[in-house]
Amino acid sequence: MLVFEKNSLSQEIENLVLQYGANRSALLQILQAIQRKHKYISDFAQQEVARLMNIHPVEVNSVISFYSFLHSKLQGRNIVKLCKTISCDMAGKNNIESAIKRELGISFNETTNDNRISLEYTSCLGQCDCGPAMIINEKVYTKLDPETAVNLLNELK
Amino acid sequence: MQNKTKTKRSGQIIFSPYSPGEGIKKALSIGRENILFELKSSVLKGRGGAGFPTSTKWMLSAAAVADKKFIVCNADEGEPGTFKDRVLLNEYPELIFDGMVIAGFTIGAQTGIVYLRGEYEYMLEELEDYLIKMREKNLLGKSILGKEGFDFDISIRLGSGAYVCGEETALIESLEGYRGEPRNRPPYPVDTGYMGYPTVVNNVETLSVVPHILIKGAEWFKKFGTEKSAGTKLFSVSGDCGKPGVYELPWGISVEQLLELVEAKNTKAVQVGGASGTCVPKSQFHRKFGYEDLPTGGSIIIFNESRSMLKVLKNFMEFFVEESCGQCTPCRIGNTKLLEGVEKIEKGDFSYAYLNTLKDLGKTMQVASKCGLGQSSPNSFISILENFKDEIFHTNGRGGKNA
Repeated sequence: MLVFEKNSLSQEIENLVLQYGANRSALLQILQAIQRKHKYISDFAQQEVARLMNIHPVEVNSVISFYSFLHSKLQGRNIVKLCKTISCDMAGKNNIESAIKRELGISFNETTNDNRISLEYTSCLGQCDCGPAMIINEKVYTKLDPETAVNLLNELK
Repeated sequence: MQNKTKTKRSGQIIFSPYSPGEGIKKALSIGRENILFELKSSVLKGRGGAGFPTSTKWMLSAAAVADKKFIVCNADEGEPGTFKDRVLLNEYPELIFDGMVIAGFTIGAQTGIVYLRGEYEYMLEELEDYLIKMREKNLLGKSILGKEGFDFDISIRLGSGAYVCGEETALIESLEGYRGEPRNRPPYPVDTGYMGYPTVVNNVETLSVVPHILIKGAEWFKKFGTEKSAGTKLFSVSGDCGKPGVYELPWGISVEQLLELVEAKNTKAVQVGGASGTCVPKSQFHRKFGYEDLPTGGSIIIFNESRSMLKVLKNFMEFFVEESCGQCTPCRIGNTKLLEGVEKIEKGDFSYAYLNTLKDLGKTMQVASKCGLGQSSPNSFISILENFKDEIFHTNGRGGKNA
């Protein structure tokens, strides 16, 4: 990481701490904000959060490792989560899954070589009446068929 | 593609007509005592699944002495097959927020927090906009509707994809910025909750019922449902049926009646209460929903004859292995062992003695786990292996057939 990148990330986290407060109860909100923008929370970012909030870096890391939407490793620019719980499974999740894998040439829990898309599974998205469902970044897409799912992915930059 | 249907529904209680703010006005005019009295006589029980009497929760925290109190709306519905809160948040935010204001007034809280699951982040903006509108109408903020000394505001916080955070103490841990690991109880949140202050954690649906009860009265509410289970329940129906979706139905309706209503055909089994609930086989379709017989948070997943129940069970156990918070051993290790057992059955590489050991393990988990997740995760393992013995063990050439 270049020095100016580090500086800008520090500045960004400082602003977040100002916005949400330096209380422990703001930790999750701050981590979510970093995750939303950078798609992962780097070691450096974790240390900065710990420093500015005056908690141990291990504590920050343990919170990140607990929540499935927070990542500590580099992810693609877009994170795609496919629901694998029972109702979506019965509604044809497998077809979507294999179509996506074929199209991108990667498996789930992997990232494309051009760093464009990371694929992962997720538990029930609460869209059971209109499955199969998936989340692309923060948006939810329902009643997918293999073709639309693949088209959605191809539109991602 | 995104779920944005906003057609108004019709129903007996929750989906009955309501004009925003009406419940708050009524609450302020009748006062705390009468709100609690009305709730107590309505026998309203928590709609998240556990069914704890709402009035008791409110009374305990109203009686607690503290300089701050909190109302938390549990919008972390993560149970497989549940999506009623999505519909309420999307189409009836007025009921939820009015319910929170009423709760705040009753127990003397200043702050309400909605814990919205990360999966529903797409609704956040619209909900925030609705809160702004409420502030403009003085339904939130200082001296609400001119009531001197009643200040209350609501903020929305997001979860980050952890099923266990639907458990109220885990939810509070998460709000405080920790890993969402359940706490030992007691102390209960009603006296030691968020930041150590008295906190009422209510399900979205419970809060949505409250304004209706205050306006139309407990007697009216009790007309629906059964003696021990008053009122109606929102059922989230998914799986093999013609009309999946959210239904408001009175307690006491039977599984059969529900199946007919949603146009389910060739039904083999119904999973009531999601992955942590029970699997009801065809022979028990006469059973009735309610706290007397089949309590549920509303998740109904329907399986027709073509589905393999072993695969269903495997899906559920994978879910629990993934979602166990890992804090207590019975749940962390137990679920892994149960999943291994299912995989062994799948391969045909098992002994009945070992399966019986696993069933015993399941029973141990039910008593030894720290929170509801581990206490209820063996339910489907035990009930599916028991109720679908024939299908799982006696077909596919493993016995009985000479093919």
